[in-house]
Amino acid sequence: MWKKYIRPYRFQAIVGFLFKMTEAFFELLVPLVVADIIDYGISSHDSQYVIKKGMLLFALAIIGYCCALVCQYFASLTSQGFGTYLRRDMYKAINQYDYENIDEIGTPSLITRITNDVNQLQVAVAMIIRLVSRSPFLIIGSLIMAFRIQSQIALIFLLATPLLALSIYIVMSKSLPLYEKIQKQLDRVSLICRENLSGMRVIRAFSKQYQEKNRFDEAVQKQKDMQIKVGKISAYLNPCTSVIVNCAILLILYVGGLKVNVGSLTQGEVIALINYMNQILLSMFVFANVVVIFNKAYASYKRCEQVMEVKPSIYNGHYQKGEDTTNVISFQDVSFSYQDSKALSHISFDIFKGETIGIIGGTGAGKSTIVNLIPRFYEATQGQIFINGVPIQKYQLDALRKMIGLVPQQAVLFSGSLRENMQWGKKDATDLEIKDALHLAQATFVEELEEGLDTYIRQGGQNLSGGQKQRLTIARALVKKPEILILDDSASALDFATDAALRKALQTLNQTTIIVSQRISSLIHADKILVLSHGELVGIGTHQQLMKNCKIYQEIANSQFSKEVE
Amino acid sequence: MDIRTLKRLLSYCSPYLKYLYFALFCSIMQILFTLLTPVFIGQAVDQIIGKGLVHFDLLFQKMIWIMISVGCAALFEWLVMRTSNTMTYAITKDLRVRLFSKYSQLPLHDIDSHAHGDLMSRMINDIDLIGDGLLQGFTHLFNGLTTIIGTIGFMLYINIPLAVIVTVLTPLSLVVATVIARKTYHFFQEQLALRGELSGYVEEMIGHQKIVKAFGYEKYNQELFEDINQRLYVSGVKSQFLGALANPSTRIVNSIVYASVCIAGSLYVISGRMSVGALSSFLSYANQYTKPFNEISNVFTELQTALASASRVFYMLDTPNEVKVTNTKVIPVPQGHIQIKNLTFSYEKNQKLIENLNLEAKPGEMIAIVGPTGCGKTTLINLLMRFYDCRSGSISIDGVNIMDMEREYLRSLYGMVLQESWLFSGTIKENIAYGKEASDEEIIEAAKKAHAHKFIIHLKDGYETLVSENGSNLSQGQKQLLCIARIMLMQPPMLILDEATSSIDTRTEKQIQDAFDTMMKGRTTFIVAHRLSTIQKADQILVMNHGQIIEQGNHEELLKQKGLYHHLYYSQFDLAQK
Repeated sequence: MWKKYIRPYRFQAIVGFLFKMTEAFFELLVPLVVADIIDYGISSHDSQYVIKKGMLLFALAIIGYCCALVCQYFASLTSQGFGTYLRRDMYKAINQYDYENIDEIGTPSLITRITNDVNQLQVAVAMIIRLVSRSPFLIIGSLIMAFRIQSQIALIFLLATPLLALSIYIVMSKSLPLYEKIQKQLDRVSLICRENLSGMRVIRAFSKQYQEKNRFDEAVQKQKDMQIKVGKISAYLNPCTSVIVNCAILLILYVGGLKVNVGSLTQGEVIALINYMNQILLSMFVFANVVVIFNKAYASYKRCEQVMEVKPSIYNGHYQKGEDTTNVISFQDVSFSYQDSKALSHISFDIFKGETIGIIGGTGAGKSTIVNLIPRFYEATQGQIFINGVPIQKYQLDALRKMIGLVPQQAVLFSGSLRENMQWGKKDATDLEIKDALHLAQATFVEELEEGLDTYIRQGGQNLSGGQKQRLTIARALVKKPEILILDDSASALDFATDAALRKALQTLNQTTIIVSQRISSLIHADKILVLSHGELVGIGTHQQLMKNCKIYQEIANSQFSKEVE
Repeated sequence: MDIRTLKRLLSYCSPYLKYLYFALFCSIMQILFTLLTPVFIGQAVDQIIGKGLVHFDLLFQKMIWIMISVGCAALFEWLVMRTSNTMTYAITKDLRVRLFSKYSQLPLHDIDSHAHGDLMSRMINDIDLIGDGLLQGFTHLFNGLTTIIGTIGFMLYINIPLAVIVTVLTPLSLVVATVIARKTYHFFQEQLALRGELSGYVEEMIGHQKIVKAFGYEKYNQELFEDINQRLYVSGVKSQFLGALANPSTRIVNSIVYASVCIAGSLYVISGRMSVGALSSFLSYANQYTKPFNEISNVFTELQTALASASRVFYMLDTPNEVKVTNTKVIPVPQGHIQIKNLTFSYEKNQKLIENLNLEAKPGEMIAIVGPTGCGKTTLINLLMRFYDCRSGSISIDGVNIMDMEREYLRSLYGMVLQESWLFSGTIKENIAYGKEASDEEIIEAAKKAHAHKFIIHLKDGYETLVSENGSNLSQGQKQLLCIARIMLMQPPMLILDEATSSIDTRTEKQIQDAFDTMMKGRTTFIVAHRLSTIQKADQILVMNHGQIIEQGNHEELLKQKGLYHHLYYSQFDLAQK
């Protein structure tokens, strides 16, 4: 995956990399020039030489700066381009997910992955271009320079560098897992806080504020202890490394002193060696930072990769239209298992053109599952579903879903104008078409709105009541003028009168309608009612028939109507 | 920078003043020794002049000094880090605890009027940012300042004109950094806004993928997404590039200072006014001198963010608590005789919700509240439990005005089961015993009465089963049964119940119904009713619509009025007849 998204920007990445190297190279030259100034300029009292070399230092600084700018620019291009491509493809992948895929990762996690994780990766790409080239190069370069000056003293470098690396490694490997633990504990803290906010009424009703406070205090105390523990470990890092480097400098001074005394080394070279040692320390720290960033990025990378790897199990067919039959929907021995538990077993039934079908049953009976199988949100594990005489797998998904108008259980609207929301059903729907649909859906309140169809709907339709939202989602499905209309328990927030008026209005249309409900009163007029219990079809028929021959239906009916009403 | 917020934030440090002083002391010592080290190294270099000119005795002496100062610097640095860590984490913990206890004392109005996500983010993100800011402030700000002052001092001590060069040139890097920061601010804002737009879009569309699919909107959405994505790219490249400028730009200032010192210093050495060792220490100062400037400017940005967060936290802390009642009357033997007289209430001053409500509920009576969703049924519950206080009029229980009781006491008189059952992450047993410490037998007894025992023993760990956050491993109905068991254990004299609407299967609903009936026996009950049978049994019915009580009476009386109740009743009845 790395390669795929970096490749379009490989030129930019390489240019960035090279320029950073060049900058680092010029930086490495600085101590050498300074050594020259001291050894030749100063010892021979040659002011001209000093000024000439000094100008060289200025030149190095400016060239270095230009290189850095070029590198930054290309690094920005690369990392942002990388992120943009990655996001695009992730969104594309998610768009093709079937329902099972989304459940597998979970919506909140998908959102974090496409936003935060991609950002992390972007930062990492930029950092790697900028720092990975620079710090190892500086470390190795400093080592080489040291060897060029005096190979015996350079051995001190060879000893100190791994020690530095080791101490950084030890501290980090001890503290990184602890940071993860702290993050987990923070999750716990926020869990308690969230629970308290959502349950504030209950907590106060039971006067439990004090106990909740204790529970919270305990969690934060634990977090604090962990933080202090990590702080203790990471506090070792700076002092340790600085002691190591300064010990190395002491050794350089001592050995350097011996060498200078016998004339195999100069004073300026000793200073240069000390400078290189300091250089290594600084680069080490930067490198340690890169390791941390890389660690985080790797986790993000895994999470993004997973998004791309999930492959939907539902494939497109090529049929645009079905055959002309009276049998609109037909289930033949359909079974469905979800996450290893059976949700539907051996369901068979037929729905004819223009019929109104009710589906009833308790929670977990499989009502919504049947509804989700028709537009192929899920794929049946066994058996076959036909729409207009054609197996649904043979349809193009778009074409299949175009035939169906679905009103989901949860009334969801999107941020945008009311008109835009209605046009989800049909992109070029005119105001007249929309108003017709609103009228059918009993959404007369729209006429009372000051801005009418231009009324802005906030995310999730927060500025509307539950009943208003439900009527709008019904209207949205009606704008589509679907062949099959599915109401998935979607009139629960309507009062009885509106509910009845809605059902009457729907009967004036000639589509096939499926109504899922827990309330018999909503289904009582249906041409056929399917009674589901634990994934099995236990009864099928009209209200009157079922009252006679379906025990479960009778049970449901009895619990819903008081004796007088019956 | 907001000085008042800063002062207030610092006032939270007062319990840890001794840590603070100790940290400051250690910091000064650390800087002193850190700055001394290059001096000693320079003096050591001066003992290594050339062939046969190395003064080993003096060199060793200097090396010992280097060792001592390095050791001391390391020790003090370690101490600084430890103390500032301890202090920061203690302060953020204190803040969290304070904010949490604030949340639990705020009037519900203040909780309801903020999005929970917002309150959470104050608790988690904002306080985290404050912590970061404080830690940076403690470790880097003071440290940076002392380093600057110390370095100037040492440089002046070695060579005055050179010191002047460094001191004058270096602040240039600060100027450069500020100019860049100001220029990029706009781009950063733009990028942040675009990021927000993108994640908002993704959240909405992935969150409702089912509808997107049902309406075949995938392609159109991809286009919209790519549009935002492209805009983010353009803005991202700009702000990343400009943001990344600060680092090399300050570095080039640093390099220029370094080169200047090198030239001027060498000329000084040539003219014999300075030693080579002094030049080398000077160079290492010049090298580190810009570092604290960069650090300080970073600290200021972090502090800025921390203060913005702090003011958000303080805003919550400053919201007044629920008013405590001083006179605390109690009812010796509560009967549950409730009288509501001339009650008036509104959330907003000019929008009356409940006006002049009068109601008497005799002990053991059942009051049904009826009306479409969102009609304001919860408002009445809020008033009865004093989650909100009425504007005028009074509610009294057994003749005692509820305003004269402690809130906790009043609430303990009611048992409340809401439709959205609230469970916390703990075992089932703990959840049932939430209202009252109880023995295992009592808990099982209560669960049996609530018809919850059967499903509980079928769970893998029975009563010890862990309820995950918000009970996602239990069904809606099961959760409500647990909430009923909780009340069964408490045996309160009065009840507030909320019947479930559609999300519960009929069998569980029957069990809940039975449990409600057992519970209501002999207790004054307010019930938000959806079922005809419940309504018909009620002694009094309140019909609510648009937040107001529009009809009041028993079943027969209300039918005679031929109002909304009549309409609701017959639209249901009509259907059942056919």
